[in-house]
Amino acid sequence: MNPVDKRRRDFLGQAAVAAGAMIAPGVFLYDYAKAAAPATPPAGPPATSGPVSAKVRWGMLIDTTKCASGCRECVDACNRENGLPGTTRPTDSQWIRKVDLKDLRSGATLSAPVMCQHCAEPPCVDVCPTGASFKRADGIVLVDRHTCIGCRYCMMACPYKARSFVHEPTTGQKTEVPRGKGCVEACTLCVQRVDRGGRPACAESCEAAGHGAILFGDLNDPQSEISKRIRSVATTQLRADLRTDNGVRYQGL
Amino acid sequence: MAAFRLAARAAAALLAAALALAAGPVAVAAGPKLDAPRSGPCVEDPKLMRRSHMEFLKHDRDDTVRRGVRPAKHSLAGCVSCHASRADDSVLGSDTHFCQGCHVYAAVKLDCFECHTPKARPAAVASAAGEPLR
Ligand code: HEC
Ligand code: HEC
Ligand code: HEC
Repeated sequence: MNPVDKRRRDFLGQAAVAAGAMIAPGVFLYDYAKAAAPATPPAGPPATSGPVSAKVRWGMLIDTTKCASGCRECVDACNRENGLPGTTRPTDSQWIRKVDLKDLRSGATLSAPVMCQHCAEPPCVDVCPTGASFKRADGIVLVDRHTCIGCRYCMMACPYKARSFVHEPTTGQKTEVPRGKGCVEACTLCVQRVDRGGRPACAESCEAAGHGAILFGDLNDPQSEISKRIRSVATTQLRADLRTDNGVRYQGL
Repeated sequence: MAAFRLAARAAAALLAAALALAAGPVAVAAGPKLDAPRSGPCVEDPKLMRRSHMEFLKHDRDDTVRRGVRPAKHSLAGCVSCHASRADDSVLGSDTHFCQGCHVYAAVKLDCFECHTPKARPAAVASAAGEPLR
């Protein structure tokens, strides 16, 4: 064997050892994190919250088989909760869209809400020039509108068209949900509710309307309802090929 | 910009001095007349607040938005809930309204309320909704 070949093989040997070492502690850490997650969330809304931690990862599971075509309950609830006008000109903000799909061959139809998918690897965060687009430790992807300059790169980068730009002066904002002209905004997973122990307005209203198509919960907690469902039924992430690892998952697509 | 900041700081210092005087029994003509707070005490010593409220706000803004700390001690919603006028529940609207009054006097632009509501919930509604009056 010539010396070049030999060095190459040595390197391969080392690489194999390194990979093995990484997998073993990796597996260990994974199990440990799961064991450490609290089995049941503390009862009642917390008086104070934060700082948020990476022990939880908030997500939603949308069951398209329960989502009714033409129903806009979640969209309306989102608008009410977040003080959005709910008007539908091309330039108006939209945090949730109802999307209707039809398979042309079979004629099967499907309806589902699409909002910010709260990616683990969010492209909007990668491209943001000011750091305004960011992911909170608990997985919620947000725009810090104090640093947003309204350049809209994030809107271009988002594979889900989830973000809106505010084109006109805003009125009637709610205390918990400030919003204003010149900034990009999107679904916040209702942080103002989640931090107080609640769940997003869309999930709540969908259940109240008798559909129960939106399940909210902690993807890191193996005992949570959402984790159990994801273990037991086939779910998809939209555009999984992009490997953005979405926090919002779909069942029945 | 830096020059403007400096001027603003000087104004703040002068203003603080003027307000400190105004707190005495002899009313001094100079200084804005502001709506009285709805409750108290302030989240910090008022003397400190006059000078440093912008720094507290900025710090706690990042705590809340980036790290989910709620309610932050120096929450902007908190300032509004105490300092809003009793007449129209707002911190803006005229030169006696708390935030606007002093900012007009000190000639410091205040753009927070392009996004944040300047209105406190009417006291009755706030307690009915189970919200702590911060
Ligand atoms: C372009 C819109 C926008 C502007 C302008 C803006 N904010 Fe905010 N602010 C927000 C949003 C959105 C949040 C997030 C609210 C939440 O998650 O609860 C927020 C949250 C905050 C918070 C934490 C919540 C609270 O009520 O305490 C503080 C403090 C704050 N802002 C301070 C300021 C200050 C001070 C200014 C003016 C210098 C300002 N903001 C201007 C949009 C804005
Ligand atoms: C619990 C109610 C309460 C909250 C919350 C509160 N304040 Fe105050 N604030 C007061 C009271 C009471 C005073 C004292 C007024 C006095 O002594 O005349 C005061 C005084 C002040 C002063 C000095 C006013 C002057 O006339 O010189 C400033 C400035 C101020 N507050 C700003 C703020 C800001 C900014 C916030 C939010 C970070 C805030 N306050 C939150 C109750 C409150
Ligand atoms: C006692 C007078 C006074 C009152 C009352 C007051 N401010 Fe100020 N504020 C100032 C002065 C003076 C400055 C500029 C200080 C500096 O730049 O050094 C300032 C600066 C600020 C800044 C930073 C502005 C910037 O662009 O850098 C914010 C934010 C702010 N104030 C918010 C508030 C809010 C919100 C309220 C009402 C709850 C309020 N202030 C009430 C005097 C006041």
